[in-house]
Amino acid sequence: MARKKGRMAQEVNAGSMADIAFLLLIFFLVTTTIASDKGVLNFLPPKQDPNQPPPEILLNERNIFNILVNANDQLLVEGDYMDNTNTLAEEVKAFLLNFGAPDEEAVALYNSLPASLREKANRDPSSSDHPMSGGAVVSIKTNRGTSYEMYLEVLDQVKRAYFEIYAERVGLTADQYRALTGRNPAEKELQDRGKEGIPMAISIAEPDKIGGN
Amino acid sequence: MSKFKKKTGTSENIPTSALPDIIFMLLFFFMVTTVLREQEILVEQKIPQATQLQKLEKKSLISYLYIGKPKNVAVYGTEPRIQANDVLINTSDIILWVNQEKDQLSEVERDQITISMKADRDVKMGPISDVQFELREADARKLLYAAVGKVQN
Repeated sequence: MARKKGRMAQEVNAGSMADIAFLLLIFFLVTTTIASDKGVLNFLPPKQDPNQPPPEILLNERNIFNILVNANDQLLVEGDYMDNTNTLAEEVKAFLLNFGAPDEEAVALYNSLPASLREKANRDPSSSDHPMSGGAVVSIKTNRGTSYEMYLEVLDQVKRAYFEIYAERVGLTADQYRALTGRNPAEKELQDRGKEGIPMAISIAEPDKIGGN
Repeated sequence: MSKFKKKTGTSENIPTSALPDIIFMLLFFFMVTTVLREQEILVEQKIPQATQLQKLEKKSLISYLYIGKPKNVAVYGTEPRIQANDVLINTSDIILWVNQEKDQLSEVERDQITISMKADRDVKMGPISDVQFELREADARKLLYAAVGKVQN
């Protein structure tokens, strides 16, 4: 009897090994996050020559959309207090598409816009002249004590206004427009057509010294 | 005599039915122990949320700057610091670092360098603007504020 036991093949039941393996595989598939390079893109202005004063660009006050964020993360948008950014994108859009005093080129741009954007033009003389270069500029100014999160939120909303305008011009949703890579000619054409004549004029002012270090 | 004959009759092939299992075990061992990130993050990283995310195409052009409160407060203090590669650097070292990163790129791509700034959401704008100023000085003007998607309502 004892002899028989020693001869027997000692095999572990491995039939469910594949199931275990699959379970583990699925577990890791679900839990692993691959770091993706996504974010809000920003182009910094070129560096200043210390010997030359920064060029004075004369803009009428009505052409600047002022967003101030203080060290307590409170917003002052065009002189009005705001405590969240929910309506900011709409306000920026209304400002950009105001067409208060368009010149000939801007009239042509206005006529090229789809009707849904054209009806946003309030023709308010106290708001921006036109969204082309030399026209509407969105200015964001923070304190040194403003939190980065708030700053990014504001920048995000301003960009959203621009992307929604661009996307509407080419008949896409903002998400689809942002996903355009510009790698093939068709996408590049869409991208260019969206932003043609409406440059993303976001000015990020040097923060002032209050409330930080 | 009969004893010897019986011995040669035993089969000599090794059972290979367990081989896939062994391979699987090895696979899982390496899956579990491999760390994808080769550099350790020395600062806190709570990436802020944003909605208007854009994806960058060429990963080789991206260099990463991590900004946040150091994890090891006893050694590095509580003020936000900048991490480049695997060391904490000062604001004044950024130009040097950018130039090093630019040197690793080919000549035609040197101007297209993109800095991905992974800043903690609790960092104040003071350090961020200092970094931006240095990046302007270093002529690395394409800047990506790394963010994660926010569910829009």
